[in-house]
Amino acid sequence: MLGKLTWSAIPLGQPIPMAASLFITIGVFAVLGLVTWKGWWPYVWREWLTSVDHKRIGVMYVLLALVLLLRGFIDAIMMRSQLAIAAGGAQGYLPPEHYDQIFSAHGTIMIFFMAMPFMVGLMNFVVPLQLGVRDVAFPALNAISFWLTASGALLVNLSLVVGEFARTGWLAYPPLSELQFSPGVGVDYYLWALQIAGIGTLLAGINMVTTILKMRAPGMSYMRMPVFCWTALASNLLIVAAFPILTATFGMLLLDRYAGMHFFTNDGGGNAMLYFNLIWAWGHPEVYILILPAFGIFSEVIATFSGKALFGYRSMVLATMAICLLSFMVWLHHFFTMGAGADVNAFFGIMSMIIAVPTGVKVFNWLFTLYQGRIRFEVPLLWTIGFMVTFTIGGLSGVLMAVPPADFVLHNSLFLVAHFHNVIIGGVFFGGMAGYNYWFPKAFGFTLDKRLGIVSFWCWFVGFYLAFMPLYVLGLLGMTRRMQHYADLSWQPYMIVAEIGALVILCGIVATIAQLIVSIRQRERHRDRGGDPWNGRTLEWSTASPPPAYNFAVLPEVASLDAFWIMKLRGNRMPVEHFESIRMPKNSANGFVTAFFAVVMGFALIWHIWWMAIFGLVSAAITLVVFGWLERGENEVSGEELAMSERARLRPVDAT
Amino acid sequence: MHSGPPGERSGHSTRLYGYCAGAVLAAKSCVATCLAAGVLDAQGPVAAAERLILINATAIMLVVVVPVILLTLGFAWWYRASNRRAVYSPVWSYSGQIELVVWSIPAMVVILLAGVGWTGSHELDPARKLKSEIEPLRIDVVSLDWKWLFIYPDQNVATLNELVVPAATPLEFMLTSATVMNAFFIPQLGSQIYTMPGMATRLNLLADRPGDYPGLSSHFSGDGFADMRFVVHAVPASAFSAWLNRTRKAGSALSADSYAQLAQPSSHNPPQSFRSVDPHLFERIVQQTVATAVLPAAKH
Repeated sequence: MLGKLTWSAIPLGQPIPMAASLFITIGVFAVLGLVTWKGWWPYVWREWLTSVDHKRIGVMYVLLALVLLLRGFIDAIMMRSQLAIAAGGAQGYLPPEHYDQIFSAHGTIMIFFMAMPFMVGLMNFVVPLQLGVRDVAFPALNAISFWLTASGALLVNLSLVVGEFARTGWLAYPPLSELQFSPGVGVDYYLWALQIAGIGTLLAGINMVTTILKMRAPGMSYMRMPVFCWTALASNLLIVAAFPILTATFGMLLLDRYAGMHFFTNDGGGNAMLYFNLIWAWGHPEVYILILPAFGIFSEVIATFSGKALFGYRSMVLATMAICLLSFMVWLHHFFTMGAGADVNAFFGIMSMIIAVPTGVKVFNWLFTLYQGRIRFEVPLLWTIGFMVTFTIGGLSGVLMAVPPADFVLHNSLFLVAHFHNVIIGGVFFGGMAGYNYWFPKAFGFTLDKRLGIVSFWCWFVGFYLAFMPLYVLGLLGMTRRMQHYADLSWQPYMIVAEIGALVILCGIVATIAQLIVSIRQRERHRDRGGDPWNGRTLEWSTASPPPAYNFAVLPEVASLDAFWIMKLRGNRMPVEHFESIRMPKNSANGFVTAFFAVVMGFALIWHIWWMAIFGLVSAAITLVVFGWLERGENEVSGEELAMSERARLRPVDAT
Repeated sequence: MHSGPPGERSGHSTRLYGYCAGAVLAAKSCVATCLAAGVLDAQGPVAAAERLILINATAIMLVVVVPVILLTLGFAWWYRASNRRAVYSPVWSYSGQIELVVWSIPAMVVILLAGVGWTGSHELDPARKLKSEIEPLRIDVVSLDWKWLFIYPDQNVATLNELVVPAATPLEFMLTSATVMNAFFIPQLGSQIYTMPGMATRLNLLADRPGDYPGLSSHFSGDGFADMRFVVHAVPASAFSAWLNRTRKAGSALSADSYAQLAQPSSHNPPQSFRSVDPHLFERIVQQTVATAVLPAAKH
């Protein structure tokens, strides 16, 4: 009846997992209780859970990312604490079977459920506004994408309470992840969570590519698109091309585990090298899926706060698309030490180095955007300068490992760990934080507190260096990754410094949360009435903060790059009368309900509860089809309504 | 421990950038003396050549990276909004000459590094045999859950979690795994290589002088992974013969049966030696025609 699920799946006997699951359960019920107690359910359901508005969905993606950042960070600080004490003969406080789950969950969560939703959310919120349109191409599909991603996140966290998570590392390399060596449900949690979330991501990618290619404001040719839209296009093209590989790869591993097949097993003709190649054929584009939108954010932020057009726009576009293409030709550099021939290694090494050319060009172009600018040190710019310094170092260590003979001694070491945190934190996360501080007033109508924003930046910046520079040294000392304890006592001081760094980062996280709370409480003081708090250059700043559901009462006419900047220079007035009525899509519970059944299906498959799996799958399919078929009309916003709200919005601007 | 003589195989190192790298080299070798037992403390030609590449490549890149970081901070400071002496050009956004330079600089760096990468990949290909007057020693390596088995096919002995080799003698490793993947790595001797079930990889290393060098698995392989450590004892040739004689007289024989016992998952195995080995054992492990590790589930 319940497959493999028994009471023993609840970690009653183990204090740390039990505390973690209690913590999560209490947290979830506290939030649900608060919403119930305050009577917020109708609002939450109407305005958020069933919303198909790209802005609301974008905000929910970012919220998901920030919540999962906390979970991922708790894993991180547990690992750092373990390694700060588990030296010499000491075993620390985490036994291997628990420690191995923690580093696997940390990587999985930080990449798939922190970095991805952070970037996808910012793109979702910003791109239609920058393109000067009213929504994405497929608004209802957008909601489905988000809720499928959230389903994956839920399943990963459910593994804390019921059962266990994978003990294989964040990419679940076979043969270790095969049934023979990982018979528990951990790998199944990993696989089904990522299959469900991955489909959500693929749908989001298709949606965004279509939006950018087909739905730009009148006059916005490709070479007039803001550079963030270009990076979003490149990133989503990569999603569309790469995520099917991930789904297929995990599909094969699932067939191995569930149907006794032999794609990657040790016996029966399977070969794990196939998995290595496939997973990195997705995995390397994946890092560019994450970093390209961040590059776009930095470009926007630097231009805005330098009060200056982005230097070398065409170069930037070319570099972005070059990275997009090249990212598919370098995957083998993740396993130079597998024994491929010298020619193969050299080829992939050189291809990897070539990516440094367009990336270097970008850095130089940002540098020359700062040059002769009038730089305002607002919080988003701080994250950007921090990025330029940090990412350059990460780029250096990355190109170093692209040289195969150097990689032969650095691969799998903490040097590698330091490198990818250097580019993921220093690049993707700093980009996310720059974007979060930059676009927050657009989303909510008030700016974030500057002082706490600065505190948060400096804690993250200093904390990052303290936490990861020692790891570079440890890598050179020969310490490899994923060790639950180590014998060499001379490594311990570095680990203690890294632990201190993690604590400084914790202060950064606390400051970020405090910044949000203080800003909400003092929102009247930070109110953004004109919709353009930073003296922006692109179209999202031409509408109200927060924008109305329809974004623009009249679609803007675009005549150049930096369209809004030019409009302001020319003194163009927004029209206040003669509006045509517009139609906006109605809310839909499709995404939420489909995702609910996807969770049921995923959970059932993990625990081999076959009837429930079939029920979940069939219900999800029926929900999709029924909602897809319903003819439910659209919300019409009349010309008078538009005129009224536009007049109300533009009055304070005219008064100043 | 001190760092070995730098660059014993510096034939491929370019003198072009030697001067500008000089200062960095000095700093790096100072660091290397502090870094005992790491990859910068090279104790063999492979590790030394790799260290040289590592330092050269870093130096080449630092030539660009340091100015970029300084310029970033400098520009951000000088062009701050409150500095009214700074020039402000709000519409300046293109310069063909600058574009040419910014594409050329990274391109030139990459061309240099590509040269280093291409020659380095070939000269330091793990499968490539090392040039030496001395007859190489063959060693077959098997990663097990969670320990290392070393078979000396020509000497017909084997060891567990301990490797005894003659110094200054080329070591020809053939490696496989009887369980999940691992990676065989002796940081002070250089290159690591994966061990994979059903396949054999090759690796060539050499220890310049007698000493004890730690080795480990660098690819995660499950719960006992952190203890997959061993020590390489590089000894003078005479001491190696003496060790062989001792080993042949002590310990048990490694047959297919005793191997099946050994292959059961276990960790913290003390170093051990076998006086003789089934001559086809390694071959059969690679071909997976010998009993291997049982399901971890069976342990519970």
